[in-house]
Amino acid sequence: MFTVLLAIGILVLLSLIFGAILGYANVRFHVEGDPIVDQIDALLPQTQCGQCGHPGCRPYAEAIANGEAINHCPPGGQATIQALADLLDVEAVPLDGDHGTESAKRVAVIREDECIGCTKCIQACPVDAILGAAKQMHTVIADECTGCDLCVEPCPVDCIDMVEVGVTAKTWSWDKPQGIAATSLNIIATDRQAEVAH
Amino acid sequence: MQTANIFSFHGGIHPPENKAQSLQLPLGRPSLPSELILPLGQHIGQSSRPLVKVGDKVLKGETIAINNGFLSSFLHAPTSGTIAAIEERLIAHPSGLSDLCIILTPDGNETWTTLEPLNNWQNICKTDVLAYLSEMGIIGMGGAGFPTQVKLQGAHKNPLTHFIINAAECEPYITADDMLIREKTLELVLGIEMLQHLVEADNVIIGIEDNKPTAIAALKTVLTQRNSKIQIAVVPTKYPSGGEKQLIQLLTGKEVPSGQYPADIGVLCQNVGTCVAVHDAITQGKPLISRFTTLTGDALKSPQNVEVLLGTPVEHLLEYADSEPKKLSRLIMGGPMMGYTLDSAAVPIVKTSNCILAASKKELPPPAPEQACIRCGMCEQACPASLLPQQLLWFSKSQEFEKAEHHNLFDCIECGACSYVCPSSIPLVQYYRHTKSSIREAREANVKSDLAKQRFEARKARQEAEAAEKEAKRLARQKAAPSKATETKKAAPAKAAPTAAPTTNDESKKLKVDVAIAKSKLKKLQKQLLEAQENEHVEEINSLQLQVTDQEKALASLEDQLSKLPTDAPISVADTAAKANAAPANDELKKAKVDVALIGVKLKKLHKQLTETPDDEELKDKIATFEADLKAAQETVSKLGATAASNANTATPEPKAAASDELKKLKIDAAIAKAAVKKVEKALKKAEEIDAPEIEAIRQQLQEAQQRADDLEKALANPETVMQKAESTSAKAEPATNLDADAIKKRKIDLAIAKAGVKKAEKNIQLLKEQGKDEAEINASEWPSKLKEAQDKLAALEKEQAAETTTPPVTTEASAPGANIDADAAKKRKIDLAIAKAGIKKAEKNIQLLKDQGKDESEIEASEWPKKLIEAQQKLAALEAEETTPATSVSTPVEKTVDAVADSEAKAEPEMDLANQIKKEKIAIALAKAQINKLNKRLESSPEEADSINQEIASTEQRLQSAEILLEKLIYSQTNMQENR
Repeated sequence: MFTVLLAIGILVLLSLIFGAILGYANVRFHVEGDPIVDQIDALLPQTQCGQCGHPGCRPYAEAIANGEAINHCPPGGQATIQALADLLDVEAVPLDGDHGTESAKRVAVIREDECIGCTKCIQACPVDAILGAAKQMHTVIADECTGCDLCVEPCPVDCIDMVEVGVTAKTWSWDKPQGIAATSLNIIATDRQAEVAH
Repeated sequence: MQTANIFSFHGGIHPPENKAQSLQLPLGRPSLPSELILPLGQHIGQSSRPLVKVGDKVLKGETIAINNGFLSSFLHAPTSGTIAAIEERLIAHPSGLSDLCIILTPDGNETWTTLEPLNNWQNICKTDVLAYLSEMGIIGMGGAGFPTQVKLQGAHKNPLTHFIINAAECEPYITADDMLIREKTLELVLGIEMLQHLVEADNVIIGIEDNKPTAIAALKTVLTQRNSKIQIAVVPTKYPSGGEKQLIQLLTGKEVPSGQYPADIGVLCQNVGTCVAVHDAITQGKPLISRFTTLTGDALKSPQNVEVLLGTPVEHLLEYADSEPKKLSRLIMGGPMMGYTLDSAAVPIVKTSNCILAASKKELPPPAPEQACIRCGMCEQACPASLLPQQLLWFSKSQEFEKAEHHNLFDCIECGACSYVCPSSIPLVQYYRHTKSSIREAREANVKSDLAKQRFEARKARQEAEAAEKEAKRLARQKAAPSKATETKKAAPAKAAPTAAPTTNDESKKLKVDVAIAKSKLKKLQKQLLEAQENEHVEEINSLQLQVTDQEKALASLEDQLSKLPTDAPISVADTAAKANAAPANDELKKAKVDVALIGVKLKKLHKQLTETPDDEELKDKIATFEADLKAAQETVSKLGATAASNANTATPEPKAAASDELKKLKIDAAIAKAAVKKVEKALKKAEEIDAPEIEAIRQQLQEAQQRADDLEKALANPETVMQKAESTSAKAEPATNLDADAIKKRKIDLAIAKAGVKKAEKNIQLLKEQGKDEAEINASEWPSKLKEAQDKLAALEKEQAAETTTPPVTTEASAPGANIDADAAKKRKIDLAIAKAGIKKAEKNIQLLKDQGKDESEIEASEWPKKLIEAQQKLAALEAEETTPATSVSTPVEKTVDAVADSEAKAEPEMDLANQIKKEKIAIALAKAQINKLNKRLESSPEEADSINQEIASTEQRLQSAEILLEKLIYSQTNMQENR
């Protein structure tokens, strides 16, 4: 009988100790906020364009964490949807057309001679990529521009164009081969057949 | 001279060498081409910055572009001549894209610039020598084009154990280095010695493949002659032993760790071409302006090596080597393994071009179709970097970039050995290249998005800080000026204290005046604030903001008082009614009244508390609930009062009560409308700034806009009529002057409401557009109709007011509102004009877009845009005509009234008006003429629309005629007037 009681007593003691440790750890290593939101936020393209219906990427990340669809981000496109699907272990769905369509990367360009210096675009830019002052010409820092379109609407003289970022020799990248049973001229110059030829 | 140890590396292949063809002829020197194309980005890193401008004369060897940052290089004129252009030209790049190039037209004189050799290179600081090499435009000539001085600077990262000279030249067909060693053996050795001095290397090894016996012999001779310590390592022929990392492994037995550089293991590798260039630069002062290039391939009759000026177009070289265009099937820059196909022969030779391979179809047939991987593992056997090509292929195909990276994809040197051995003809290297660039892109995007996030968060923080600062200032201000607010509040209750019905009316009137004053003050402040915001006077904004909030508070309290007053009135009125008649409803009425009074007292208390602690949300909630209670109670009171009154048939106080009730309702409506006005004022401000709003409504939208605003209008108008009725009965008691003042006030309120309606409708339309709805949807919504309705109503009211103001009692005041209305109407018209213009612009833009999209005329015709364009243009024309005529019609009544009221003083003013009118008419005529011209032009350009255009022309001409007649009349009257005077 004593042995049984002893065993129970030890177990109770152990459970109390471990419970205390766990409780302490819970308090000590408490994670502020939802870590999944950070992970989702890291996958979003951070254009802060609001096309998803949320005021910025982080609010959308929070919304996704709370169960919103993952296909509301046109700037991220299918790649982002795929990444989100992988992260959240849900099925990748096609981009929701209601929120816009995936387009090539663009940057805003101000036609500077038409700019009246109203600062409206500066206030609209979510990433402070527009330089200028009241009654002074404004200009876009192309490197910082996320192509979110938000500055286009407020412009009273419609002098902001969204220009597609063209491919230069420096930004060009190789195409993916067309796959099995397809030929392409621009692959590695020599192959088996070259050897046969000689 | 010593012979070094030789190790080996994994994999490698033995493709047919095909080197003999180009070694049959001696080194060739092609003639000057008609132009030299010099790309600014011939090296890895930042493109050079041009130093010359178009039209400049340059001498051979003159610097024409300088480095643009650390990892960049200089560029020199390969011959003397004129800079013809600096423009985008096709460059030698696998993408076949263009890049910025300097175009040099040679003058044929080959006049050298003054050469300044670095004769004392052994004695001066090594950094200066490196800088000199950089200025000579020397980059690695093996393939990648890494700026040499950067590579040499990095050589001292670790103690240098081996300095390797790469003369392996492993790729098939290419013999440029072989020829260079044969031709410039001494220069090469001297160059190596210079570099050896620069990097302080003891152990120098020349790695050369055993298929270049002549070059090896020549080197050995020179080295023996000079009794040099430089070793020669003859390595067996195997592709890709010329790869930097492979050669290092061959000669040192050490492998460059993944993700690191040779310098990390104490090895420096330089190409033979670079060594010769260094020698030429230091001893002769010659910058890098030419190089050895192999011209080979079956499509050339005389394949050979040439020393060619940089910038020479490939087609010029093909001509020099007697190419046979019929045989040429693929033109490759570089070797057959790592080179790339050129789409055009117009591309120039650059510092890294070691070979032009003009291959016949037999020589390089189109690649066979890719087949499924059979997992033979031959690629793994061939891979010189000891990778797992098969795994990498899977990951590349399934876009599993992370796994591909884990399998060291970035260690792949893209030598093509795996593709070469693949029995399934899988273009493995192509897959790896694609995956590599995808990963790089993703990394860059990641960096960019991180930056964007950072900036976004910084902005958010800044905005929050600004808001907090503002709030703090506002609070401070509030503390400083509570006396002001309480004063007005104290004054108001004091006035409101007397409970008798007639005095209440007086009080309410006073209060109303107070409210009006407060409102006008608030408006002024808001205007100032807006201006300040536009001009970004930060300090002003802050102080103004504070004032505005203060004023708003004062106004709110005043309005509160005002809204409470009418409730007092019915109570007292009903009280008397109750006393007079002992109706059955009286008891209930009493109870209800008591309730109202109680709630009123509580509410007052709460308000007091609220002024003391303005931020207490709980209090606000309580107030809201009490207010709701109060309203309900008041309603029951008024209901009961009404029944009691009808029961008792006490006629005299009743209409008054009803009237004040109606008044109350109206006032609430008016308050709402005013709030709307305020809100919309901001929008209006915006609209005014937009002289030509881009996405504006076309005529139809505007017309359809009108119906919906009507509902609102009616809702507001109905109580007004009721009130008018009620007031007409009660008005008898009141003095006549009051009635007049009230009527004017009422009309003003009506006007404000109508304006608010218009603005609201416009705002909603704008909103719809912003939401991206297309015009059809907007048209379908009720807003456009509402807008029109509201505009009509506004116009009617304005007319009414104008008429009113001209009536005798208030003539003195009338002129100012009249002028205001004029200004308003003109403004409106201008906005309409701008809208119509914007409509035309949009329609034209859309048509242009359609054209750009390649749609042909018929399709464009079929779309609605041309129709819309015409409609918009018609509307514009109509508006333009309208602008001139109404202006006169509006001004005439004013003029007339002025005439009637003050006939004697009026002489000067009508004359002015006349002059103005004449001016306007003239403008109208000019516009009409312009319109006719435009239409004629259009008629010419689009004869198929002749009918409609002709009609338009006819109507415009009519307008023109009428305008001209009017103008004549005006001029006549003006002359008359002048004569009279």
